[in-house]
Amino acid sequence: MADKSQVCSVWVGSETGILKGVSLSKKQAFNFCEMSCLSRDQEVCVLGWGDEHETEVLVGSVNGTVKTFSTEKGIFTETRQCGESTQGRFTGIAVTDSALITCVETGLLRVWKEGSTDTVEINAGTNVCRMRQNPSQRNQVATGGKENGLKVWDLERPETPIFTSKNVRNDWLDMRVPEWVRDMSFIPDSDKIVTCTGHHQVRVYDPASPQRRPVLEAHFGEYPLTALSLPANQDSVVVGNTHGELAILDLRKGLVRGCLKGLAGGVRGLQCHPSLPLVATCGLDRFLRVHSLEDRSLQHKVYLKSRLNCVLLSSKDLELSGSAVTGDVEEVKEEGGEVDEVWDTMEMINDQAKKRATDEEEAVVPGVEKTTKKRKVVK
Amino acid sequence: EERAVRLDKPTKKKTKKPKKQPKPPHENGNDSMIEKTEPEHVDAPAEFSFPPTFSVSEIKNKQRRHLMFMKLKQEKRKQKVAMKKKKKKERDALGDKAPPKEVPKTIENQRVYDETTVNPEDEEVAFDEGTDEFSAYFNRLTNPKVLITTSDRPRGRTVRFCNQLATVIPDAHVYYRRGLALKKVIPQCIARGFTYLMVINEDRKVPNGMVLCHLPDGPTAHFKVSSVRLRKEMKRRGKDPTEHSPEVILNNFTTRLGHSMGRLFAALFPHDPQFVGRQVATFHNQRDFIFFRFHRYIFKNEKRVGIQELGPRFTLKLRSLQKGTFDSKFGEYEWVLKRHENDVCRRRFNL
Repeated sequence: MADKSQVCSVWVGSETGILKGVSLSKKQAFNFCEMSCLSRDQEVCVLGWGDEHETEVLVGSVNGTVKTFSTEKGIFTETRQCGESTQGRFTGIAVTDSALITCVETGLLRVWKEGSTDTVEINAGTNVCRMRQNPSQRNQVATGGKENGLKVWDLERPETPIFTSKNVRNDWLDMRVPEWVRDMSFIPDSDKIVTCTGHHQVRVYDPASPQRRPVLEAHFGEYPLTALSLPANQDSVVVGNTHGELAILDLRKGLVRGCLKGLAGGVRGLQCHPSLPLVATCGLDRFLRVHSLEDRSLQHKVYLKSRLNCVLLSSKDLELSGSAVTGDVEEVKEEGGEVDEVWDTMEMINDQAKKRATDEEEAVVPGVEKTTKKRKVVK
Repeated sequence: EERAVRLDKPTKKKTKKPKKQPKPPHENGNDSMIEKTEPEHVDAPAEFSFPPTFSVSEIKNKQRRHLMFMKLKQEKRKQKVAMKKKKKKERDALGDKAPPKEVPKTIENQRVYDETTVNPEDEEVAFDEGTDEFSAYFNRLTNPKVLITTSDRPRGRTVRFCNQLATVIPDAHVYYRRGLALKKVIPQCIARGFTYLMVINEDRKVPNGMVLCHLPDGPTAHFKVSSVRLRKEMKRRGKDPTEHSPEVILNNFTTRLGHSMGRLFAALFPHDPQFVGRQVATFHNQRDFIFFRFHRYIFKNEKRVGIQELGPRFTLKLRSLQKGTFDSKFGEYEWVLKRHENDVCRRRFNL
């Protein structure tokens, strides 16, 4: 179990309550579940990293339990009861300084400190759809939901949010535009927050600017956008909607840069890799797909038998092809070295041998490059 | 040189009859023509071998082109017959040692293996199916009760189709739509204990779509309906169906999506079929089209059955499967038919 979990680079939570680990390099998926007794109330709602080194995965279920899964050991190490199922599903989970932050649909945002049973509670309004933590300032969280605008909370001052967004102006019929924040993300290196809504809008808010209304608004498609993620390079955002349409939007002007094809069901979970131009998606069609953001092609597709709710990517390198290529090159160089030695020991044929050796090395190195090129094309 | 050859060809219009005569010259009055063409034909292959890229379509004159094409076809047909004869001879010569007959390739044979094909021993899929929205029906906790309605202001054909469907599905009630919104109809159905809502959509006086919504919180499937044949239009049909519950046959639903569909159709009918009625409803899936047929059978002896088709027949194609009750704008879709992505490979199917 431990070796299986150490290889996994993508973690997926399913509706049947099973935590699945997928190793893209080995092209295998593993189920990590406690016992053979599964039940629907253990359905995984949220996944999060328990620590910065990504050795622990926090799994939040419908019945209010948060389980900690250790990737090194391959087992669930801890279970905490963080609320009941009557309070609604988990909509966000995060960790700061050994404290666990959970948010449920009814708007109750709680900070569970280690060792003490009392919690800091914030009421984030009703119908919260998502809660996310600022990766650079870990004590800031953002919440948003249906008819519940984006609010940024500082956990050290739980009474009022530090930023409350305002709804856009009335539309051309002078009617109030409905609001439904489905997912949000903090843009690194700035104060801005980008949100996607159930009314197929993508909005960027800037708390630093005096206006509380969105700074940028873009539209995509006709169906509710369910998930959002920011790729490693700036100025773009990947969104997914309930019809399985994935798009890369440019945040400078708000235009669609391209669509990612392949999904047949609604997108439930979406995450971009922190450094590589890859995006992992999971959805109701029971597949985990990894697309490349540069050429928008499908890199990996894994069938995972249950409807998938959330996905978590680890920061380590996902693919074996990089390490395989370096392995081959090393082997080739070693062989070349051996050949050199063999030829050097044979005295008479030295000059020709050296020429041949150099020829071989030259022939071999372009050969290696060719194979790498082939690999890229085949993908 | 080719052009010279063709100028010598008789420019008289040849009727079709002599053209279709087999190659051995006949004694009809067209001897001269055939004789003329034969030497040309003998010369022609020698000429044809010269330019390798020559094809019949390069001849500009329509009549001559037609003639050459017909000749080509006849040649090909002759070769094909000769090949067949040769093969049969070889086969007979070998007798028992002959290699088995080759199975012709069909699209179903060549179907790309779908990785979502359900393995019957798979525990996870079994658990998933055991606890999904249909588990109430399959655990015998509820009995099916179907509400059939149409889009607003249906025309005669659709109305008759709905009535015939109501005779086929036991415990089905037909209601007139009256322009009501489905989202408001659904809570009322749930309150009255219905388990299915079936809406037949009509376009240009012909039913062309169906929305099948499992209540209280089950999936909603949207189908395209085609080839609807009402009872009057069926040939050699039997008498009207009786009130007995039919048996249900679900053919060829292999993938995970297919399984969901199969369960959706199975939950329309009562759990226990009444074999006294000898009626059977078949949902046959082939190439992602689901064919519905309703028959009455009778066993003449142990090995022979006679069947009579009763009831309407129609074809369904799944367009989308939505999780939750009908909500086309804000609902989450489990599967959507995307035509361009499906048209890429002709041998890949989803059900």
